[in-house]
Amino acid sequence: MIIPVTSKPRTSKANKTGTWRSGKKPHFIQKECIACRLCVMVCPEGCISGDKRCTYIADYKYCKGCGNCAAVCPVADIEMVKEEWWRETIS
Amino acid sequence: MVTELFSSGHTACAGCGQALGARLVVETTGPNVIIANATGCLEVFTSRYPESAWGVPWIHSLFQNAAAVASGVEAALRIKGKLDQVRVISQGGDGATADIGMASLSGMFDRGHDILYVCYDNEAYMNTGVQRSGLTPFGSRTTTSPSGKKSFGNPRPKKNIPEIANAHNVPYVATASVAFPKDLQKKVKRALSIRGPKYIQIFVPCPLGWRHDPGLTYEIAKLVVETGLYPILEYQDGKLISVKTIEAAKPVDEYLKLQGRYAHLFTERGKDEIAKIQTIADSNIKKYGLLKEGKEAQKKMAAEKLAEEKIFTTAELSKCDGKDGRPAYFAYKGKVYDTAGSDRWADGAHYNTHFAGSDLTDALVEAPHGDEVFERFKIVGVLKA
Amino acid sequence: MRRYLEGSHAVAEIVRLCKAQVISAYPITPQTHIVESLAQMVADGELNAEFINVESEHSAASVVQGASATGVRTYTATTSQGLLYMIEVLYSIAGLRLPVVLTCANRAVSSPINIWNDHQDSVTVRDAGWLQFYAENNQEACDLHLMAYRLAEDHNIMLPVMVCMDGYILTHAYEVVDLPEQSQVDKFLPDFKPIHCLNPDEPVSMGVLMGPESYIETRYAIHQTMMDALNVIPGIADEFEQVFGRKVHCLIEKYRLEDATQVFVAMGSMVGTVKEIVDGLREDGQKVGLLKVIAHRPFPKRIVYEALKNAREIAVLEKAISLGEEGPLLSDVKSAFCGQGNQPKISGFVLGLGGRDITKKSILEVHDALSGSQVDVKFIDLKI
Repeated sequence: MIIPVTSKPRTSKANKTGTWRSGKKPHFIQKECIACRLCVMVCPEGCISGDKRCTYIADYKYCKGCGNCAAVCPVADIEMVKEEWWRETIS
Repeated sequence: MVTELFSSGHTACAGCGQALGARLVVETTGPNVIIANATGCLEVFTSRYPESAWGVPWIHSLFQNAAAVASGVEAALRIKGKLDQVRVISQGGDGATADIGMASLSGMFDRGHDILYVCYDNEAYMNTGVQRSGLTPFGSRTTTSPSGKKSFGNPRPKKNIPEIANAHNVPYVATASVAFPKDLQKKVKRALSIRGPKYIQIFVPCPLGWRHDPGLTYEIAKLVVETGLYPILEYQDGKLISVKTIEAAKPVDEYLKLQGRYAHLFTERGKDEIAKIQTIADSNIKKYGLLKEGKEAQKKMAAEKLAEEKIFTTAELSKCDGKDGRPAYFAYKGKVYDTAGSDRWADGAHYNTHFAGSDLTDALVEAPHGDEVFERFKIVGVLKA
Repeated sequence: MRRYLEGSHAVAEIVRLCKAQVISAYPITPQTHIVESLAQMVADGELNAEFINVESEHSAASVVQGASATGVRTYTATTSQGLLYMIEVLYSIAGLRLPVVLTCANRAVSSPINIWNDHQDSVTVRDAGWLQFYAENNQEACDLHLMAYRLAEDHNIMLPVMVCMDGYILTHAYEVVDLPEQSQVDKFLPDFKPIHCLNPDEPVSMGVLMGPESYIETRYAIHQTMMDALNVIPGIADEFEQVFGRKVHCLIEKYRLEDATQVFVAMGSMVGTVKEIVDGLREDGQKVGLLKVIAHRPFPKRIVYEALKNAREIAVLEKAISLGEEGPLLSDVKSAFCGQGNQPKISGFVLGLGGRDITKKSILEVHDALSGSQVDVKFIDLKI
């Protein structure tokens, strides 16, 4: 009797870790961005994407709100904002 | 797609340095890799059935045998004739590497398997709740090396695993920090270009275990290097070939004060202990020449030493053209460099523009890069025109 | 081809014929002659395999685990402390459903250190999820290794198999063995086809974390597979007979059991001695027989019951003991009678530990004790 004891690749995406955030999330201002990609590189979730200047954005379905992207940004183009404030601005 | 090989949705804590390190590593290796992972946080937060964050074939067996399981994977690939297409990585935390897995790691080095071993060093047993490991630094508080009336936390310095790896004649050994992702990825790439066992130890902050804000992961990983507490080194064939230099060393308390694991040292009694930690940083700076000026002096010394060893004439150099199994050397500002291990110098040619066996001092002016790229090459002698 | 070979060399020849691709082992007496032979075959180019010298048995088991997970046929051998050092890897190999084959050159366990034969090592790991077979002689050891690979890699089984052969008594004994031709082995044992393996073209994550919602099912599946194996084994044994022209017993062997009222039950090389005693007692007109147990796991409980149900006195002879209880095989045999109408006298005898000779006198002592009241644990040849 064989039952699966393996997991299929990339299936962790089912797990929406964005719900873990407790009150703050990164806001990509997209004004000063120099496309250095450091925010992409230091994201432990691998949930930041973008290619050209001022196109970078986090996937909030997975972003845990750690804030390292904001810490690493050399031009202060990412700021950590209160979640509520952010919700208001997108609604 | 940045998440192809290490997907979002893993269950690491916010700001996890190990998740960051592991993602940077696997994104550098690309898809043609098999990973053998030791038990620990990384295994737990990436592989909760029926999910997996991995986009590459991955196996976990036990705590101490990742290097041995990887050895088996490598042997199987070898017998199948697939070792040219698929690379093998073995990885684990500091406890899995430096303590319980030390014997299997030593065996893997000793047998010369073509495997890159990556140690994610968060300086304690985090998965079980922050207990002391052999890589817990001096003065750090863990749940099994607590501070108290008679204790300042862990009384012992970190084991020096890179030197232990060097003692096995491993062809490539490096340390890195997640605060310098490009340096880290460069090292993974270089390691994979070399056949045989390789060891990379990556400094990965643990917000939960070190008791710091998750947003400080990057800052702490940077400060540990800038204080000299975690020298970023690179060895090829046992020789130190590069160090990450620092402009001016920052005092260690700037690094320590950000973390709860060192909070007990910021008392009247703790001053002496901080001074001892400063001594560790100072001795690293001296030993490895971490300061900018130190590095220059070191380079000069190395060049002088080499000059005594081997002098190339232009004719001799021209024979080292990488053809028919001959070595591929080039000269730059009087030094002769070996291109071995560089994928940009296959068959002695660099982008079909520059060729081994010649003096490239003048050619560099036109190049899109400076002479910093030569750091990766071994100096094998000096050129006497 | 019939050849006069040392047991260890005969087993090595079978592993060569089975074309093991990755072999890893750590030296421990009395397993060494097997792996030395294999190393020489690889060195001479007679066997196209990777022979991996490791720094411990823990790593030997881990290397074959990694290799098996990468989809190649593997082999390791060990004994005693080495087997105990492997234990957690043994569980992990079974849990990942990897068809590793291991030879246990049975030896006693420390302390005191003792390099001679008993069954305490392999009996101790009987719960690890490995099929476990015990050989009576070197021919049977060879045949069980052939069966081991075939069963382990059967897609209805996919579990590791341990072939147990008594250290020195078999591993170092020269006997005539009938070694099969390569063509016969190839016919019986096709190339290993994994159900899934580590392969960048079809990445999977193996050895994942399973919580309370899924772990128990994996244990159920292994247990169920063991039970299924009891039904699969006779069919494969028939195929074995067709290909190699001789019978292989894989579960039990009955010896003069037809009308026996007194029955010995035993595993491994001591069975040969017991057979001689049975023959002698039969000559005296006594209704004595023997049940040889080959498969300790899965334990063929129903088959054992059927074989023993007409006996009135049963003596279970064991080279192992669960200290503080009784011999593990005795417990298994007793459980076969649990809930049945007939309850014969079932006594347990522990003998031959640490290589103490099992003589005909030892077996007669067991036979003498059989007519007395039932005993759970009686040590034979004790010098206290």
